[in-house]
Order: sequence, then structure tokens, then C-alpha cells
Amino acid sequence: MDNTLSHEQHAQIQAHIQAHQHVPGGLMPLLHAIQDDIGYVPETVYPEIAKALALSVAEVHGVVSFYHHFRSHPIGKHVLQVCRAESCQSMGSAKLEAELKAKLGVDYHQTTADGNLTLLPVYCLGNCGCSPAVMLDDEVYGRMSADKVTALISEVCHG
Amino acid sequence: MVKVYVPIDSTALSLGAERTAKKIVQEAQARGVEITLVRNGSRGLFWLEPLVEVETAQGRVAFGPVQPSDVAGLFNAEFTNALADKAKAHPLYLGLTDELAWLKKQQRLTFARVGITDPLSLEDYLAHDGYQGLKNALAMSGADIVKAVTDSGLRGRGGAAFPTGIKWNTVLNAPAEQKYVVCNADEGDSGTYSDRMIMEDDPFVLIEGMTIAGIAVGATQGYIYLRSEYPHALKTLNEAIRKANLAGYLGENIQGSGHTFHLEVRRAAGAYVCGEETSLLESLEGKRGLVRFKPPLPAIEGLFGKPTIVNNVISLATVPIILDKGAQYYADYGMGRSRGTLPIQLAGNLKQTGLVELAFGATLRELLYDYGGGAASGRPIRAVQVGGPLGAYLPESQFDTPLDYEAFTKIWAVLGHGGIVAFDDTVDMAKMARYAFEFCAVESCGKCTPCRIGSTRGVEVMDKIVLGKNHPQNVQLLRDLSDTMLNGSLCALGGMTPYPVLSALNHFPEDFGLSNKEAAA
Repeated sequence: MDNTLSHEQHAQIQAHIQAHQHVPGGLMPLLHAIQDDIGYVPETVYPEIAKALALSVAEVHGVVSFYHHFRSHPIGKHVLQVCRAESCQSMGSAKLEAELKAKLGVDYHQTTADGNLTLLPVYCLGNCGCSPAVMLDDEVYGRMSADKVTALISEVCHG
Repeated sequence: MVKVYVPIDSTALSLGAERTAKKIVQEAQARGVEITLVRNGSRGLFWLEPLVEVETAQGRVAFGPVQPSDVAGLFNAEFTNALADKAKAHPLYLGLTDELAWLKKQQRLTFARVGITDPLSLEDYLAHDGYQGLKNALAMSGADIVKAVTDSGLRGRGGAAFPTGIKWNTVLNAPAEQKYVVCNADEGDSGTYSDRMIMEDDPFVLIEGMTIAGIAVGATQGYIYLRSEYPHALKTLNEAIRKANLAGYLGENIQGSGHTFHLEVRRAAGAYVCGEETSLLESLEGKRGLVRFKPPLPAIEGLFGKPTIVNNVISLATVPIILDKGAQYYADYGMGRSRGTLPIQLAGNLKQTGLVELAFGATLRELLYDYGGGAASGRPIRAVQVGGPLGAYLPESQFDTPLDYEAFTKIWAVLGHGGIVAFDDTVDMAKMARYAFEFCAVESCGKCTPCRIGSTRGVEVMDKIVLGKNHPQNVQLLRDLSDTMLNGSLCALGGMTPYPVLSALNHFPEDFGLSNKEAAA
């Protein structure tokens, strides 16, 4: 039992484990379901997942750690992903990255002091016709500048 | 009631289409103008997004780009009466959409419906030739369906360009209780978004293509392995699959034919290497995305060890038109051994970016200047990367190369998934070469040594070259390392990272602080 998780979160995780237990290749959809609800995949539930899916704890850890999308620790309330791919680089994303890091006072994989926003790099958002692109939570924004992103953050995260 | 179209494609949304749509509805209500708002896909003219269209007796009329602040002005100009002089006088008036030069010159086969229909309307899909391919396929034998795909000349649009029909034939002839159709929708290449557009803007065409594939080879289960960076595509696909099931186009006894095909979307989790088919299959099985040795081919031993078709979104979405209009109709487009059309994606530093579907054979120059309008910055285009992060950088002297798989192979480049990323003359090609190694180091699955170690050594050697340390030795080392990666890697990630690196070195030695002679092999 992980004390940092609420009873409700535990119940959610249990339900997801049960729902995916017999799905072929069910580990990936299970990890997605947990992270969608809880915001991350708590390491403390690896043993339960392993047992239900007949895997070793090491295998569960191996899958969570292999994929950039999954994380085993909580992050900020909102997530800002900045595209680092070539198309965005051709439109000045290196400058955008530097300016955003300076404005937010965080580096990649860090969360602002108020716990509100985590900055992540991403490799391609598929919005290469409107570079540079960022994704704030589940929405993509194109032709961005540091000022536009800052305005978005105020609107979405503090609005 | 007049129909007004505002796209729901991610790129249009990324430029504010949602707000524009809301504002149009508000303004129409406030003024008592009766409209029906349709959320269509994108026509693929991204510099004009959000592109608003109005239905008229002569066809659709376009206005764009329309920001929420433009909406009141459009109503003042009575834009819903788009054929009147008052609407035509509005500064955002573009004329009949189909007459726009960018669209008119295209040959849209795979993208025939994209931007025209409501992506989630099955009625719209059926009214625009949807499910004609399946209808024909249901009257054919599996072998005849495979033959049609083979005869069309369709080659894997994901990048490898392997003949689709030959792959299908292997699965058809592999005896097994269970077979699978897997759609590779892990579109991770920079500069590419055609898969995303199909999935968001015309999802039924992909579902139809996969269903035909399943019926052809006797596979009853399909999976779409979708990258996690595409949340809109996920929602659209799931909804389209739900509707197709309800209407008897998926599930048991499809359209009374006795055939079964179940389809499910599985989310990837941000690993570029999972675009490689065997790594993708590992991931679908719930494992780390480690590349498998080949043989066995996935067509023989694929998902869960069973015969599996693994095809890219565009390859599968092209199958319906081949079965509808016939193999010859498709094969009549193109040049040489590159038959049919290629949905090209213009990206990066260009004035006019977007989706251009053309028969193979157009030159890069036509795409960069006639369609792309030159660099967005107004500066000269200096380098172009075609085919994603593992594609070669091409200098201006190669811009007359036709888009054809073999023509690109001849100049040691790849066409890949048809993404074209333009850079102006401010680009530092040594930095781009270093970045290629850095990317490979981050994304390597770690299974083979040339990729896992070579990529990190590559970053180090590049740093030394840029600092001017021991140039002759380090350039030699860079070439040796590239040779090892090219020939010794298990998959294309390590095996093709040398393409951007060496093409940058060969075509732009001055950025590495080298003369042509010093850079030479």
C-alpha cells in the first residue's frame, strides 16, 4: 500500500489491472490507463501489475523506463512539451527552448516551483507545417514564440 | 441553411480553428443568420488555416486565414452569401476552393476526401465513394485482392518502399489459425504528418483499407499502433471504429459476407524506434521496443508469433481506391518503379507549407518553390532534409531530383515517408549532423552496439571536429564510425543515421570548418 496514493486512486489502479489482466499485450494499455488517471505509474504498484500479468517486477520496470511517455514519479499539474525535431529547428525552436527555460526558470524534465507546470522535450508533434510547435496538455499550438507560449500558459494554467 | 466549414484537423486547431468556429456560431446566433457548421478535415493549405469555407451553388468558397477577430467582419460582408460581390470584396476571400492553384494541380487519390468530408460522418464517407473498394473486395478471392494490390505497384509508404502486394502474399500463403493486420501509425519522422491527417480527417479510409487487408489474407484482428503524441487522432479513430462496428463494417459477418475483422487502437508511448516494424510488434506485445532479428519476417512470424501484415497508414489508406478503381488506374500514375501518387508534406522554413499529393516524378524544386513559395524567412533555401531525421540533407544542386524512390537512391538519399523539411541559409549543418547522432543516442533501443555506442561516439567526434581538433584524424574517424553504423546496425535507426551526417559533411564541409579536400573520404 502506497501512502501517497488515495484510496480512490488505489481503487482506480485495481480496476485497470483487472480490466487489462487478460488482454493480449495488455501491459502498455494498462500503463496508459494508470498514467491517464494518476498522472504517473507509481513504482509501488509494479508488484501488483507484475503479479496480475504474470511478469517479473523487473519486466514492468523495464517497460515503464523504456518509453519516454511513461513516468514513475508525479509531475506538475500541466505539461508543456516543446518540439525539438528538425522542422521546428528550421524555424528557430532552439531559441524558443532557451527563452522558455529562462522564463519558466526550469530545465527539461523539471517542474516550476509552484508545482503547476512541467517542461518536457518532445520529438515531433506532427505539426511540422506550422513550426515551431508546442503541446500544452493535450492541445498542439503552431508558429509559437516565447511570448505566445507564456500567454498560453497564463490562460490555460492560471485562467 | 448554408453550410459553413471550419476544419477540426490538429494543424488548423493549432492555429486557433476552435475559437474561430465558436465565434462563427456565436456571431450567427447574435445576428439571426442560419448556418450549419460542419467540422471538416484540412484541405492541407496550412498558411491559410484556419480556412473557412462556405457552400454555394458553384461549389465551396474559401476565406482564410480566419482568426476570431475576423469573424464579425465576415458577417458584415455577408460571407455566407459567398457568390455576392460584397463577400468577394472581403480581404480574406480566396474564391472557389477547388480552383485554388495549389489544390487544382494536385492528384489526390489517397487524400481524395480529406478536407471535403466530415471525418466522422459515415454517410459523408459513403456519399464520396467510401466502401466501394470493400464492396469489390468482398466479391473477390483473397488471392485476387492481393494480386490487385501487387499489380497497382503500391510500395510501402512508411519509408522502406517494399512492394505491399508481395508482403501480403507472404501472409496469405503462411498457414496459421490466427493472422494479424497491424497498422504502423507511429509517424515519428520530423516533417511528416500525412498519417495524422488521414487518421483525423478521413479515418474510415484507413479502417476500410485494413478491413480489405484482413479479408485478403485471412486475418481477423487488426491493431492500429498510434503514437501517443496524437490525442486527436486517437479520439477520431476510436469514434470511427465504433461507428463502423455499429454499421456492420467491422466485427462479425461484415456486410453479410461471413468475414470477420476486429479493429483496435493501441497507443505507443513516445519511442521513435517503435516505428521500426519488429520493435513495434514487441511494443504491441507489451514489451520494451527492442528490435528483433530478421528473419523470421513478420509476415511469417509477427505479432504473438503469428503471420502479420505490418503496413504504414498511407499504404493501407491507399488500398480502397485501388480496389475501387482498379490496379491499372493507380499504376497509371507515377514514374519508373514508383507507381501511383505520394502524399508529400511540406514543412519547416517554407512560406506555404501543407499537403501536396502528386504522382511520383515532380522535382524537389517544383515543390519547394512552386508549391512552397520559397523560404518563410525570405532568405535563400540552403538545405533540404527529405524522409525524416534519417534522411539525407540535399543542397541546391540536387533540387532537380525527381521524387522517385530510385532517383533518390542514386544520389544516396531517401524519399522515406515523403516529408520535406526546408532550411534557409542561417542553418549550421555541422550542428544538424551532431543533432542526428544525439537523436540516435536518445532513441536507440540499445540492442545492437553500432547504434547504441556509435551514436554517442558520433556526438563526441562531432564536438571535436567543430572545435577544430585533429581534423584529418577525426574526419577519418567520423567516416569509419559511419561505415560501421551503416553496415553493422540491426535496423534503420543506427543504419541510416549516417545519411544526414555524411550528406551534411559532403555537401556543406565549410560548416565543419573544412575545405572540400579535407572533408573528402
